[in-house]
Amino acid sequence: MKKLLIILLMGVLSISAFSQEASLPKVAIKTLDGQSFSTSDIKNDGKPIIISFWALWCKPCQKELDAFNELYAEWQEETGVKIYAISIDDSRSTARVAPLVKGKGWEFEVLLDPNGDFKRAMNVNMIPHTFLLDGNGKVVSQHTAYFDGAELELYEKVKKLVSKK
Amino acid sequence: MIKKITILAIALLSSSLLSAQDIFDNARITGSFQTDVQFYRPDKAIGIYDTTILGRKVGINGYTNLTYSLGKFKAGLRYEAFMTPLSGFDPRQEGNGFPYIWASYSSDLIEITAGNFYEQFGNGLIFRTYEEWTLGYDNSMNGMRVVLYPAKGLTLKGVYGSQRFFWQKYERNSRGLVRGADAELNLNEAFTSFEGSGLRLSIGGSAVSKYQRDADPIYNLPENVGAFSGRFNLGAGNFSLMTEYAYKINDPSAANNFIYQNGQAVLSSLSYSQKGLGVVLQLKRVDNFSFKSDRTVTANALDINFLPPINRTHAYSLTAKYPYATQPNGEMGLQFQVNYKIPKGTLLGGKYGTGITLNFSQVNDIVRNQVNDTTAIMESGTLGYTSDFFKVSDHIFFRDFNIEIDKRFNSKLKGMVQYMNLLYDIATIEGHAGEEAVKAHLGVADFTYKLSSRNALRLEAQALITEQDEGDWAALMAEYTIAPKWFVAVADQYNYGNPDEDKRNHYYTVSAGYTRESTRLALTFGRQNEGVVCVGGVCRQVPASSGFTITLSTNF
Repeated sequence: MKKLLIILLMGVLSISAFSQEASLPKVAIKTLDGQSFSTSDIKNDGKPIIISFWALWCKPCQKELDAFNELYAEWQEETGVKIYAISIDDSRSTARVAPLVKGKGWEFEVLLDPNGDFKRAMNVNMIPHTFLLDGNGKVVSQHTAYFDGAELELYEKVKKLVSKK
Repeated sequence: MIKKITILAIALLSSSLLSAQDIFDNARITGSFQTDVQFYRPDKAIGIYDTTILGRKVGINGYTNLTYSLGKFKAGLRYEAFMTPLSGFDPRQEGNGFPYIWASYSSDLIEITAGNFYEQFGNGLIFRTYEEWTLGYDNSMNGMRVVLYPAKGLTLKGVYGSQRFFWQKYERNSRGLVRGADAELNLNEAFTSFEGSGLRLSIGGSAVSKYQRDADPIYNLPENVGAFSGRFNLGAGNFSLMTEYAYKINDPSAANNFIYQNGQAVLSSLSYSQKGLGVVLQLKRVDNFSFKSDRTVTANALDINFLPPINRTHAYSLTAKYPYATQPNGEMGLQFQVNYKIPKGTLLGGKYGTGITLNFSQVNDIVRNQVNDTTAIMESGTLGYTSDFFKVSDHIFFRDFNIEIDKRFNSKLKGMVQYMNLLYDIATIEGHAGEEAVKAHLGVADFTYKLSSRNALRLEAQALITEQDEGDWAALMAEYTIAPKWFVAVADQYNYGNPDEDKRNHYYTVSAGYTRESTRLALTFGRQNEGVVCVGGVCRQVPASSGFTITLSTNF
């Protein structure tokens, strides 16, 4: 009986899975100085968006964001892409996020997800986890882990999105 | 369980049937999957015996998470199976089922969640439910949550339910119930006239109460325990000030040795930031503030609140070897951090600029005085002690001074070095009564050399020098990556200074992995010391093990 119901449930879910109208889940998170921010406000006027989940204790995440930062001005000029870095640090370290971001001179928007609500809504298992969204806010590609040079492949995808239009 | 699923299935079916068109146009399903499999070898040297493995030889932790959304309606579930749990996890994790099932409706005015949920009020000082999969921690609520947005800038929340306790089902009086409410007002959003003030201000307050029946044969215990907190976040120009204060009525429990003292906690941080410079000072005081939905539980479970340890969370295996944990019965701490980037083109900055992070934290005990001449401090059934809010005890639980310098030398080579000085009261923090506090010097160097635009070699070296506990350690790692898909790494941690010569172990591992999009497969062979491991481009908390490990993770 129980199994049957589960199968039934999965069935219903999978039927509807065939057509996905992907837009970002709406979750209440915080800005760097603790004010509320809704993820439905993650927008970029029809241009691509990169969302990257990171934390202070994650070195590969910071390497990835450093790499983004070095190229950000150039990327923005060429494609208008916008980067949002979502810190999943909880209240033990949220106070240290803003100083690190300013100290590193990161130019992109950084937001706080202190109880992992956005992380769960986006099905992030491990960080770094980076999403690429097209101009309609649909996730077109995503990647876990960061290795040096991966930003180049990501940027190829951004350029493809822009040229498609 | 069957009932729950039936209801959920019916709800889904009916909502689907009612608007068949929607199923194909707007419905959406997403999810994630992860499994960790370990094949164990008994390895006496690192404390894995036949009895630890119990002849089962394989540990598997796995979950699948599904979320269904259709317009304003959402539902989700998570299936978990720990069969058997990986070594290092609580044996009570063993089991399988759906510990997380929920459905929600949300509009611009209201959000309703039925079933399991995670929530945090403010900094979590009186209420936080969350999950940390890699640590096997989950204190999710099972009940209802309502969030209201009655006016611009104003958020009201109400929650009630019971908390997850491994696989134990809630039954009448089997553990406590939790009820809570929270209000937060963002003045900048609420009042347009406030915009011109140049300030950014939000204020909030919460109240949480737990109910647990008093079945104690000796003490008359409060069945309803209330906790209250108030907070504000103030920003002015480059400055930002956050403070939260929390108070709890007397709550005698196994955690505080059944004393009738009230509890207090305060957390405050002041920060300044401008481009290239960030400074933060943080203060904390905790006094008798353990808050659990079962007063008899002392283990790491059923916490209603979260008291954050504010020291730096380190990212290398040896620097993270002695992590501090908040002492809920009482502590006073401070933390100071400066992040500075020496600008490009200066003598010390060079062509690319140089980053410096300086961090200091210290946590001491609070001062406790006898209530009267005849009552011992912390004596059960009494007030326990009195404490001066501003007095700091000489007893240091933890101190960490560290400095980190990171630099890019040219387009191919970049690296960072770190020094750390640590004082760790192992007797208090890990409960090793009588053991001397660990005093240690640590060093880390981490360099990456780019061989081509996508191939890179990373070398990491660490040292931990101490006379106490397990003595000196050294660690080396070499990692080769081909972006964005492949990695292979070899590492060794060597406890060369262990006072017990038989325990001068090597912890060697070889690992390799493949990542495509969000699917990641990693294999590790060797002996793993417990702690934070950052390899193959991700960081994870891992238990000690010996043998072969497979991790597979994906989402959709």
